[in-house]
Amino acid sequence: MQKIGVFVCWCGSNIAATVDVQAVSDALAKEPGVVFSTNYQYMCSQAGQDMIQEKIREFGLTGVVVCSCSPRMHETTFRKTCEKAGLNPYMVEIANIREQCSWIHKDKETGTEKAIILGRAAIAKVQLNAPLTAGQSPVVKRALVIGGGIAGIQTALDIADAGFPVDIVETKPTIGGKMTQIDKTFPTLDCAACILTPKMVDAAQNENINILSYSEVEAVKGFVGNFSVTIRRKARFVDETKCTGCGLCTEKCPQKKVPNEFNLGLDNRRAIYIPFAQAVPKVATIDPNYCTMLKTGKCGVCSKVCTAGAIDYQQKDELIEREYGAIVAATGFNPISMDKFDEFAYSQSPDVVTSLEFERLMNAAGPTGGTLLRPSDGTHPHTLVFVQCVGSRCDGGEKGKPYCSKICCMYTAKHAMLTREKYPDTDVYVFYIDVRTPGKNFDEFYRRAVEEYGVHYIKGMVGKVVPENGKLKVQASDLLGGQQLHIDADMVVLAAAIEPDKSARPLATMLTASMDTNDFFTEAHPKLRPVESPTAGVFLSGACQGPKDIPETVAQAGAAASKVIGLLVKDHLTCNPCVASSNEMMCNGCSACEKVCPYGAITYIDKDFRGPNRTTLRRRVAQVNPAVCQGCGACTVACPSGAMDLKGFSNAQIMAEVDAICK
Amino acid sequence: MQVKEEFKPTIVAFCCNWCSYAGADLSGTNRLQYPANVKIIRIPCSCRLNPMFILRAFQRGADGVILCGCHPGDCHYTTGNYYARRRMTLLFSMLDYLGIERERTRVEWVSAAEGAKFAATMNDFVETVTKLGENKRLEDLRCKSE
Repeated sequence: MQKIGVFVCWCGSNIAATVDVQAVSDALAKEPGVVFSTNYQYMCSQAGQDMIQEKIREFGLTGVVVCSCSPRMHETTFRKTCEKAGLNPYMVEIANIREQCSWIHKDKETGTEKAIILGRAAIAKVQLNAPLTAGQSPVVKRALVIGGGIAGIQTALDIADAGFPVDIVETKPTIGGKMTQIDKTFPTLDCAACILTPKMVDAAQNENINILSYSEVEAVKGFVGNFSVTIRRKARFVDETKCTGCGLCTEKCPQKKVPNEFNLGLDNRRAIYIPFAQAVPKVATIDPNYCTMLKTGKCGVCSKVCTAGAIDYQQKDELIEREYGAIVAATGFNPISMDKFDEFAYSQSPDVVTSLEFERLMNAAGPTGGTLLRPSDGTHPHTLVFVQCVGSRCDGGEKGKPYCSKICCMYTAKHAMLTREKYPDTDVYVFYIDVRTPGKNFDEFYRRAVEEYGVHYIKGMVGKVVPENGKLKVQASDLLGGQQLHIDADMVVLAAAIEPDKSARPLATMLTASMDTNDFFTEAHPKLRPVESPTAGVFLSGACQGPKDIPETVAQAGAAASKVIGLLVKDHLTCNPCVASSNEMMCNGCSACEKVCPYGAITYIDKDFRGPNRTTLRRRVAQVNPAVCQGCGACTVACPSGAMDLKGFSNAQIMAEVDAICK
Repeated sequence: MQVKEEFKPTIVAFCCNWCSYAGADLSGTNRLQYPANVKIIRIPCSCRLNPMFILRAFQRGADGVILCGCHPGDCHYTTGNYYARRRMTLLFSMLDYLGIERERTRVEWVSAAEGAKFAATMNDFVETVTKLGENKRLEDLRCKSE
């Protein structure tokens, strides 16, 4: 039997006005196990807390019931109070007689009666409370950033600056991501490469950052503070430590007809390649799908010209396993495929390009050396039509995406402006549903495109693009002018919607992180915890959480890094002790609990039990990892044998409360 | 007949810690009245509600049981309220079969911001259960004599 102390708070007149506190403390004094009961004006005041501590010592209390305001208000306060007096903090229960009694009732008699019942329920519960100790789990002081775009690079740099080692895993041969392919950035029109490549070099030179390029995350085990991650280092058939990045092999390779993905297939590269001049790490990679040596065993030119002896045709994929305290998902985005949008003739004419392809055509390091030329015949285009919202803001989902891709209005204005600036002889039309420019200096930028650069903005959608005699016949509606337009265009640029990278969903499964219907990672709270995933220890950076422009991405990357640093500075994590636990003697290993656990906190082990006649029985039993369990209790109800229970909210405790209330 | 007029049902309300318990607190903060018959039990999540607890409440003489949780999609534990919804659908149809009127049990989604909804729900529920009268079907009279 517990020795329980009951402390009834007046809360000034907040409680005392509608609840007869003296009657409550007198009535509760008669409850079984109660050895002391009193009431006081402000229990949460220093004097009130001192009294609780004094009575704990005086009566050797093993349980405390405070009848006061909501536990959401002062549960922590009273737990700390009791802890200081040597009582386990989880031996405290709060009866909420303010928000759920005195404030909602006017009649003092009813209020008093209800307060007594609520007090009884709390006493009945505390009778069954057991001291709980918050477990501690150590924190591995290293972070993993998945994705090496600007989001991943910035997150890694910020974490590394705080002194923690970071690994960046990037699936491509180089870090840099989409930003490397962009020509200029809005609204300042500074060159993307000029601001990004120094950051890439910083990341490569930072001694706390380890870049694992051409690698993929294969499996994730563990939990916050203690993740164990298997990473596949794909064979690049070049020894990274020996390759100097001289590029001789990429010039001599006889296999010249490989579509260059860096330029989105607008030109070709060799089978051995360095994606672009400023690649980090600047190491050649052999594409096994095209290399003649790897496919037929005959060639070996690159090996002959390589003075460093870095070529290794025998290289195999390598699996490495590393421990991390925190994981940041920064998997980024891709423009959607234009397959379903055949009305724009993307597959029929090479002069219909996506905006990202247009970036490459305008880029000095692109396939045309920065001169805007039609991909079909290499002539200079005079009339350009930009189509916005291709696949964005589509209702009914199947063809496009329901959301706004957010960045298209701005980059289209940028493209239109740059075109007009470089080639004043061009006519540029932009078809839009709405122009959305909420951002610092964004609307000014768009207005400049219209007012200073004379870009024709037309509200309406393009209905059809038909290639005819080397021209693109564009049919469109002008909603404001109320007429149909027919434009003979030389080029059509489609602002394709953006979608999360395909690697995001399998990754989310590995991380047990949740995703929305569009495969964007879900944040722990849409407003108050925007860079954390609901899974502890997993953080979100960049466009994998939702469409973002570069400044937003960098801001979020920094925020994610600060959350990671906040986690890694801790030596130990204190776990919530109110977690599920399984009674191994009752567990039959059926897996019902594992299936409902949203956190993957339940695992199974084969355990030996002593059987009759000195035999040993091996049984499969559930085990809860207290560091991963968040204490929702879903498993406790799913368990058919009653083996699973939740500490702090056990079946017996809740039943006792039910009994006390229904008495 | 006089007895019937004075009948005050015993109502047990299970509220999840994150949304509905906070919603109940909010209706208190806003001084929104609802009958004192409602007694709230705090559980971490609506999915913690074992159907056993409801049966126990009816066995011990409760006249109505209500479960309040976060709105679908807003669960603090991502999916808990979906589990609760399914379990309660099954339990309530079983209770219906046992002769417990469908109106004696209810699931309601109340967010932390919906103090007014919480009070309105409780007022409505108490009124409904009061009309139904005392729950005799599952009450175990042996428990009363203790």
